[in-house]
Amino acid sequence: MNQPKTPHNLSYRSVFSLVLKRDLTIALRHKDDIINPILFFIIVVTLFPLGIGPEAQTLSRIAPGIIWVAALLATLLSLDRLFKSDHSDGSLEQMLLSPQPIFILVLAKIVAHWIITGLPLILIAPLLAVLLHFNEQSYGALMLTLLLGTPVLSLLGAIGVALTVGIKKGGVLLSLLVLPLYIPVLIFATSAIDTAALGLPYSGQLAIIAALFFGSLTLAPFAVGAALKVSTN
Amino acid sequence: MWKWLHPYANPEVSYHFAGRMLPWLSALAALFLSIGIVWALAFAPADYQQGDSFRIFYLHVPAASLSMGIYLGMAIAAFTSMVWQFKLADASAAAMAPVGAVFTAIALFTGAAWGKPMWGTWWIWDARLTSELILLFLYLGVIALHSAFEDKNLAGKAAGILTLVGVINLPIIKYSVEWWNTLHQGSTISKLGKPSMTADMLWPFLFCFIGFILLVTLVICIRFRSEVLSRNSIRPWVRTLVSTQLAATEK
Amino acid sequence: MYRNKKRELIPLSATNTDNVNVDSTPIESEQVNMPPPLLSATNLTCIREERLLFDQLTIAINAGDIVQVEGPNGSGKTSLLRILAGLSQPYEGEVLFNEHAIATCREEFHQHLLYLGHLPGVKGEMSAQENLAFNLALHGASDKSINTEATLAEVNLTGFEDSLASHLSAGQHRRISLARLYQSNARIWILDEPFTAIDKQGVHALEQLFKAHIAKGGCVVLTTHQDLLTFSEQQVKKITLDYTFDSYDE
Repeated sequence: MNQPKTPHNLSYRSVFSLVLKRDLTIALRHKDDIINPILFFIIVVTLFPLGIGPEAQTLSRIAPGIIWVAALLATLLSLDRLFKSDHSDGSLEQMLLSPQPIFILVLAKIVAHWIITGLPLILIAPLLAVLLHFNEQSYGALMLTLLLGTPVLSLLGAIGVALTVGIKKGGVLLSLLVLPLYIPVLIFATSAIDTAALGLPYSGQLAIIAALFFGSLTLAPFAVGAALKVSTN
Repeated sequence: MWKWLHPYANPEVSYHFAGRMLPWLSALAALFLSIGIVWALAFAPADYQQGDSFRIFYLHVPAASLSMGIYLGMAIAAFTSMVWQFKLADASAAAMAPVGAVFTAIALFTGAAWGKPMWGTWWIWDARLTSELILLFLYLGVIALHSAFEDKNLAGKAAGILTLVGVINLPIIKYSVEWWNTLHQGSTISKLGKPSMTADMLWPFLFCFIGFILLVTLVICIRFRSEVLSRNSIRPWVRTLVSTQLAATEK
Repeated sequence: MYRNKKRELIPLSATNTDNVNVDSTPIESEQVNMPPPLLSATNLTCIREERLLFDQLTIAINAGDIVQVEGPNGSGKTSLLRILAGLSQPYEGEVLFNEHAIATCREEFHQHLLYLGHLPGVKGEMSAQENLAFNLALHGASDKSINTEATLAEVNLTGFEDSLASHLSAGQHRRISLARLYQSNARIWILDEPFTAIDKQGVHALEQLFKAHIAKGGCVVLTTHQDLLTFSEQQVKKITLDYTFDSYDE
């Protein structure tokens, strides 16, 4: 069998940066996708003082939970953009048919999603913490848990989107699939912040969130790849 | 090649096999459950602290363990289906999901009903009850995903991936909830903890437990048969089966 | 071994001409002194929404073949192409590339495959040129050596290189995706309705491109509603899928 000249094969790194660059370019030209989840995040957080009352003490006690729940919901809202448009215009099947490893393609898309939605959440969170009379000792913990935790949200969420991307009304279903998986991150992140407020070390909780991060980083892209194959079938 | 080796895990054969199991399973389940329930409710001694309300334990504990067990069974089925492309495994996972969800709901309701006399409130964020609640969400997610796909084959694959993701997460969720619970409740000891059982409590419990396992197997077998039929509706054997059944009912 | 298997499905007539053989033995290359087929499929069965689209279909596609899949709407043409490309899994049977199951050699197979489906895979937020460059790079072309402007000129998109694809028409989107054919090293082209929204001249140019491709030892599998005009009857191999709606309601 005479082999034709094999096409030039890209290194994993260049495949990764190729897809990452493409997704970031698209997002920057379609800014709603970046701005809307942030606005949602801000609005949800401001609703709580209105619903609960403005007492600084109550607010500062429940602030970690509010910020984290709002972050979960904002991430959930933004997950759709991860694969939906690529699925509906056919670019997703072209990606799956490319000679590149699916793991890398999926990882690049998830990283792009995190840069577009997770990173802005982290940047805006201290501002919202001020509104909620956040305990001064726990700002560091808030930033660190968000930094380690939001990638987990993107990774686990990607599995849910990959499973529902082919379904017409996948939006509500997505939250049912994804939110239960977010519970450990929520528990350990808020607890780390609470512990920090007491002036105690919270490295244990951080270590667990880090473990969740590395665990989902290695496993989630495989699940996403398998799910995408089902969804494009 | 491997695919052709196991002689197709023939749906027809397994349909009839499950059918032959039904009478045995129903007889045994009825036997064990009637003995176990009568014994547990009427003859077993009341708990010295909790009195007769303790007897809900004979329903609550089997339901709770089965809710976890069925999820594990689904995960094994999903794994088999994914690795060996074994299509009947999808049918069995689909048969298991609603049964597992129902038993999770039973565990939750009996837990709440037990909680009322114990804690004086219907719901308490007890670690086990909370993980049961989350398990129920996981079940509902799998069922909803399965029904969202029109093609049963794809539905089985998608639900299988979700089940596997869930089964990896389940221990993490359980651990985190337990940890969260001890953190926030401090010294409150879960009343649903393992009671030290005497032999006259253990025997009726075992009968109940085995009886519920048999009942679950029976229901899963029935559901499995209907799943197999609906997945193979274009096969000739299903059509002959349907037409003979129809002819029998018309007579 | 699988010939002993009980045939449970209702046999459907997937009518066959040329080298499409429905009930044939599997291809055994030792007996025939021919190169093994580039792409082959054995005993493909496809079921969609409880409908049997085709049953026990066996296909062999050699280098230099141009194969047209025919059949009325809903007969499973797209499903067949997607199964051949590895996007969908058949209910039964398997697809072989160079006699290896495509699931076992995904990356190698994809290096030799170019599939264009109904959807053009063009992003509205990127320009025509960016779209083409990304698609070429993703499929393994080294991005610097290729002149995307010249390639877009081949599909009559001169002057549109830098317009965002969202400002272009559906036909222009299709042409952006077809432009990949001009730079493709892939031997297997699987094209689902490539002539949709393409004018006469464009169709002619594409047919010339197909000719050059099969002359180089490639193969083309396509579905199209119009006939291939510049190919003779003998050149085009046909797979006809019969539409048999099997209902047991009656």
